[in-house]
Amino acid sequence: MSLQQFMNEAISPWMKQEGPDSDIVLSSRIRLARNFDKVTFPVIAKEDDLKPILEFFTQEYAHQSFKDYKNLELVKMTDLKPIEKRVLVEKHLISPHLAEHSDYSAALISQNEQVSIMINEEDHIRIQLYYPGFQLSQALKRASELDDWLEEKVNYAFDQSRGYLTTCPTNVGTGMRASVMMHLPALAMTQQINRMIPAINQLGLVVRGIYGEGSESLGNIFQISNQITLGKSEEDIVEDLQSVVKQLVDQERRARQALKERSSIQLEDRVFRSFGVLKHSRIIESKEAAKCLSDVQLGIDLGYIKNVTKNILNELMILTQPGFLQQYAQETLSPDQRDIRRASLIRERLQLEKQ
Amino acid sequence: MECQECHQRPATVHLTKVINGDKTEVHVCEQCAKEKGYAENTFSLNDLLSGLFNFDQPSSFGGEKAQSSATEAPKQLQCPKCGLTYQEFTRIGKFGCTQCYQTFDERLNPIFRRVHSGNTTHDGKIPKRVGGNLHLQRQISEKKQELHQLIEKEEFEKAADVRDHIRELEKQLQQEGGDD
Repeated sequence: MSLQQFMNEAISPWMKQEGPDSDIVLSSRIRLARNFDKVTFPVIAKEDDLKPILEFFTQEYAHQSFKDYKNLELVKMTDLKPIEKRVLVEKHLISPHLAEHSDYSAALISQNEQVSIMINEEDHIRIQLYYPGFQLSQALKRASELDDWLEEKVNYAFDQSRGYLTTCPTNVGTGMRASVMMHLPALAMTQQINRMIPAINQLGLVVRGIYGEGSESLGNIFQISNQITLGKSEEDIVEDLQSVVKQLVDQERRARQALKERSSIQLEDRVFRSFGVLKHSRIIESKEAAKCLSDVQLGIDLGYIKNVTKNILNELMILTQPGFLQQYAQETLSPDQRDIRRASLIRERLQLEKQ
Repeated sequence: MECQECHQRPATVHLTKVINGDKTEVHVCEQCAKEKGYAENTFSLNDLLSGLFNFDQPSSFGGEKAQSSATEAPKQLQCPKCGLTYQEFTRIGKFGCTQCYQTFDERLNPIFRRVHSGNTTHDGKIPKRVGGNLHLQRQISEKKQELHQLIEKEEFEKAADVRDHIRELEKQLQQEGGDD
């Protein structure tokens, strides 16, 4: 029953709550990488190493509860069809890596989908926790509590001088990756973001588009995360990231305000053209859909468009990914078929809003 | 965005050059970047990582030569637990098990320094159970710092309290150490 819920709803229950600065920061995430002390890491491990770990989690943690995360659901990757795995990836509940290395891997997911503990990913354990809006410290606090809860039963690989030992040297130390997902349409429209990214990189932070390939960012959605995991405390890493995100939020607000003041009619035109495309097109590529969705979201945030759900961008970006489209269609679709499906799905979704 | 050179493929290499304050932006595809020599500094992440690890072999991209000399090396560093060799470690850029960290320890500092902006030791969370007396050790060093600051500020009464606290902690540490 629960698996069905994970599959059917594009928007995770936790996303429906509104967080601080959620017009710009879509979500905050903390990921902790942990390993069992005496077991070979998943990259080169064999069946006899990985199977016991999966069994251990099935016995000790399936249907357990931690604080308000009741009845954790253990989803084994071998029980899923390829499309179902893809849907979980598109919802960011599992990583592409986990979907590809399925033999003894699983994810322990909370009912509200805020928590996902991946088992036998690149590391034995990857704790992942989301919060809506800009709430990194809260996410860190919660993730750390979850970590303590697991440590009651798991002997972690930990070294006095190197910290938490991870498969990849880029994660050693805290094993933590803190990140935020941001919608930055005004900074992108005015080309300011291109100049800001190198400066942010110099601070040991990474900026990348979440949707789309390479440096391209579809829907003006960017992910900012820490690169360094060794030699700094979790709190310091989060604080550094927070201060940069705060500045980006301010800059984006200022850029939006300037656009609205200086070229209001042009901006309004752009927003409503995109709204029109989404409402009426019969074929739409993911790239065009993302661009229009970003415009419409900006239109909602600036008050040009009323009576449309506040986080339509987040919802439709996930809903119109290939995995979701095929899950809805219940069949494999060619790229052309997907573009048609995508257009009709968006139209139907926006129709709902009018009532 | 299309490639500025061939106008056919999408531009995937984006460069900003600043020469004497004049800024030019170049957007080209990978093929043209290679042909025109823009790609000199662009590697994939994997190349970049294994390049970082291979620092003790002067030409890490030298292909056969570098490889053959490595296989002929008399003593190949190998993890006794999982069997991963140092060469494999630099190729895949991943550790095989906890033991690898000790096996390759003397070669790790330069790697960590490059990946983590000069840092080589952990300064974050300590696990409750496995961390053992590390919590105490860290508490003691924090208190010692506090003591120094108090002495500098000439707040001797407070300093005396802190000193007593440190002594207690050190006693605890000795007792715990004796149990092991």
